[in-house]
Amino acid sequence: MTHPLSGATAIVGLGITPQGRVYGNTPLGFAVDAVQLALADAGLERGDLDGLLLNPGLAWADMGMGSFQLQQAMGLRDLRLSATMHLGGATACAMIQHAAQAIAAGLCTTVACVFSDAPLKPPKPEGERSSSGSAYGFVRGWEAAYGYFGVNAMYALVARRHMHRYGTTQDHLGAVAVAQRRWANLSPAAQMHEQPLTLEDYHRSRWIVEPFHLFDCCLVSNGGLAVIVTGRERAREARKPPVYIRGMAQGHLGGDPSDTLSSGAVLSREPAFRMAGLTLRDVDVVELYDCYTFTVLVTLEDYGFCPKGEGGPFAAEHVTGPGGRLAVNTGGGQLSSFYMWGMTPVSEGVIQVRGEGGRRQAAKHDVALVSGNGGVLSTHSTLILAREPS
Amino acid sequence: MTAAYTKPLPQVTREMAPFWEAARRHQLVVQRCRGCGAHRFPARDLCSRCLSREAEWAPVSGRGAVFSYAVMHQVYHPGFAAEVPYAVVVIELEEGARLVSNLVGCPVGAIAIGMPVEAVFEDVTPEVTLPKFRPRARR
Repeated sequence: MTHPLSGATAIVGLGITPQGRVYGNTPLGFAVDAVQLALADAGLERGDLDGLLLNPGLAWADMGMGSFQLQQAMGLRDLRLSATMHLGGATACAMIQHAAQAIAAGLCTTVACVFSDAPLKPPKPEGERSSSGSAYGFVRGWEAAYGYFGVNAMYALVARRHMHRYGTTQDHLGAVAVAQRRWANLSPAAQMHEQPLTLEDYHRSRWIVEPFHLFDCCLVSNGGLAVIVTGRERAREARKPPVYIRGMAQGHLGGDPSDTLSSGAVLSREPAFRMAGLTLRDVDVVELYDCYTFTVLVTLEDYGFCPKGEGGPFAAEHVTGPGGRLAVNTGGGQLSSFYMWGMTPVSEGVIQVRGEGGRRQAAKHDVALVSGNGGVLSTHSTLILAREPS
Repeated sequence: MTAAYTKPLPQVTREMAPFWEAARRHQLVVQRCRGCGAHRFPARDLCSRCLSREAEWAPVSGRGAVFSYAVMHQVYHPGFAAEVPYAVVVIELEEGARLVSNLVGCPVGAIAIGMPVEAVFEDVTPEVTLPKFRPRARR
């Protein structure tokens, strides 16, 4: 029997602002721009929106009630759904899930799901150096006394455990970086579009935190990204082909990621595919949350594309790049395209299912698997997107 | 001890104060749950295993092993500028708790997961002592 949520809603609008070293706009401004672009893409007007979900990036800082601020900034009236959500990189898929649930339950009809951030500051004058990564260089209380700073180091400690337990190597991590760069080289919108990357280049790139080279770590981007979710009936009238939401689930493992060495995909994969009435073999394109190359290896394992612990050898067979048998992170991902937290994989899933991928378009694109991951393998969300509602 | 210690000093919170006080006496302590006996670190108000809010600071052996490590190449604080690359290590104590720390007397390239270590104490200012670890012979 078909799950009532499966295919009940669809993504009908996608708005992506200029990404990367884009200055002169605020996080709120990027959010407004993204929603306007998404509405135009859908052929809708702002008065059609009755729901607004926001994932504020770092630069929103202490601005409370973000979704209300965005509502006011855009002059949106009479919303029936509003929330500001904080699941890190799992938020994007989770926002779309909540939108779909609310629409299917009849609480609202058309919801904008939005992420924006502006952590990059304009280059400083001569003599003043600034690190673009400093926005993510959290100082963690007493641990700073030991030189322990930043998300990179938090992930590196977990990656080192994976290498120890499963024999994952630097070459394995590098294979992910190279595959995604090859996709980015086919995508004009990618920040690294014009820069090729070989495994040798990867090994030569500077260390950030061993075992992570520069190219193991995602980009940092200013920008905004929004999608519009609506019900199946309204979706049929949209300008663009609807991208149906066929399956969804979340999985938040808890505990110490150094022990589990797993993402919440191990929890979310089964209910998401069951809802969709699909299996892993039906998936044509895979858009995985990739804060690090390591995250991609783990997530491939946890969805079952390869046995647990074999994500490294799997990627090193060069199966995930252009021309490989499994198309993974086809826009270049957050490593090589742009970093809109979980909205990057969502947007590429929409582009691929629509068939708008240009030179990087997958030949068969009926079903896309999209993942989100927040914290250090702390939160996880899965979406299964499809060209047909059932 | 040097007159001009340039690295960040630990923020001594109310919860963590007993840890730093013990360190000044060159003693390593971690929290032990009075409900289930589990050792934990850093300090927390309640035990995530048994939800007890009762805990005490218990001396531990200081012996453990390297659980994981990351080698920092970026300078996030000027006090570490002369040290990069340096290693941040996670030590798993024999008693079970894990601590973020540094290794002394061990070059970065020699660090390995599972390496046996023991606590040492670095008096970095007259008020602050940092527990760190050094390799020990396997028994």
